[in-house]
Amino acid sequence: MADEKTVEDVAVKLLQLAVTELPKDVREALQRAYREEESEAGKTQLKAILDNMELAEKTRTPMCQDTGVIIFYVKAGAEVEDLDKIEDSLRKATRRATKEVPLRPNAVDPFTQRNSGDNTGRFFPFINWEITSGDSLELTVLPKGGGSENVCALGMLRPGEGVRGLKRFVVDTVIKAGAKPCPPNILGVAVGGGADIVIKLAKKALLRPIDRPNPDPELAKLESELYEAANMTGIGPMGLGGRFTVLRVNVDYAHRHPASYPVAVAVQCWAARRASARIHSDGKVEYLTHKVV
Amino acid sequence: MAVYKLKTPISEEDARKLKVKDTIYITGIIFTARDEAHHRALEFHEKRKELPINLQGLAVFHCGPIVKKKGDEWIIVAAGPTTSTRMDLFEDEFIKNFRVRVVIGKGGMGKRTTDAMKKYGAIYGALTGGAAVLAAKAIKNVRSVEWYDLGMPEAMWVLEVEDFGPLTVAIDAHGNNLFEDVQKRVEETKQKIYEKLGA
Repeated sequence: MADEKTVEDVAVKLLQLAVTELPKDVREALQRAYREEESEAGKTQLKAILDNMELAEKTRTPMCQDTGVIIFYVKAGAEVEDLDKIEDSLRKATRRATKEVPLRPNAVDPFTQRNSGDNTGRFFPFINWEITSGDSLELTVLPKGGGSENVCALGMLRPGEGVRGLKRFVVDTVIKAGAKPCPPNILGVAVGGGADIVIKLAKKALLRPIDRPNPDPELAKLESELYEAANMTGIGPMGLGGRFTVLRVNVDYAHRHPASYPVAVAVQCWAARRASARIHSDGKVEYLTHKVV
Repeated sequence: MAVYKLKTPISEEDARKLKVKDTIYITGIIFTARDEAHHRALEFHEKRKELPINLQGLAVFHCGPIVKKKGDEWIIVAAGPTTSTRMDLFEDEFIKNFRVRVVIGKGGMGKRTTDAMKKYGAIYGALTGGAAVLAAKAIKNVRSVEWYDLGMPEAMWVLEVEDFGPLTVAIDAHGNNLFEDVQKRVEETKQKIYEKLGA
């Protein structure tokens, strides 16, 4: 059974894994970018990124000093007991990880500007819920850095602009962001739904592994077109010029209102940190993004 | 595209030798300063108050580190650069008044700073954003922390460093700005990208 203590311990472990060790798909994408980058300035940046990645892993130190806003995605089986206790366990885990890993305290009251000091506060950490069938609990953590968050964009386009408008919006967002989101980036792009729905889908698209094509061939085609377009800008690693401005574009969509064409771009920095685990009903824990011995 | 190893204090002549795209490593003393420390240093200057350390020939690092205390000793855990554009507000006066020779950060800086660098002989060294452990590794010792009342990220951390880098010279003392060049080229290719996408 996924008891409170197990949930808390697994969440602490996920936070520690996420900020110190990149998932295999992101690591391989960065290694490939380093091999294929032609600009010398860009190559220097990618080399530093790879060296830093190895060092962080070896020393179990956060790879970036900005350990982000803490966001959880929970897929809870309907038969899991004590669902109402999970939120409390995740808050406890966040406090513990802030001390133990350590994480940088990043929860600031927007009116008093006071930092809570332990990464908890109102809606902080933020939890996204999904109820599934079965009796297992899947936890994902996405520590999201501020530099890349500041260039995320929402566009309420006119339906007449359609997919052409969407493509233009993505290119404009990448160009406007320039060096700020620590490229090479991963882009989550979504269209449809409404203002809140589209930005949520875009951000959730950042969780999809970047080493396999989208199962929907139409979306796969759009993803690769947007990938080529973003890299044609030449912004390059850390904005110093080069081939690799993005590592990947992941697209998702929802049906829309006849009068609306909402488009969102969620931008993730090269330090694309995420970690997931499944807690089975017998208490067995399976880590999905990282090797844990 | 040469590689230089520099020791602080760095002379104006040494700073002027550097060209955009060169790579540099710094050994000696650097200090962190974000918005608040820049603001306070300039205020001190205006009131003719003495700064805690002499900044001439040193490198200013745009960084809010994670620091932990072990006994009486401060240890830098992670120290990557923060976005430099915020400091465009202060940097020209900062360079003019204190004659720092190197500004370290990420994301580049604008025309006001570029002009000041040309006039007084200073350069901007781009450090890889997010590469916080690599940066911390080159920091050998925390010499002192000044103005800790500003909080951990905003305080002025005076650091002894060894081969701190690689820093890519992105603004030199001759008016060249690599970030602006890239941005200009990007704007020029925009139409071509639209056409390719049929957008």
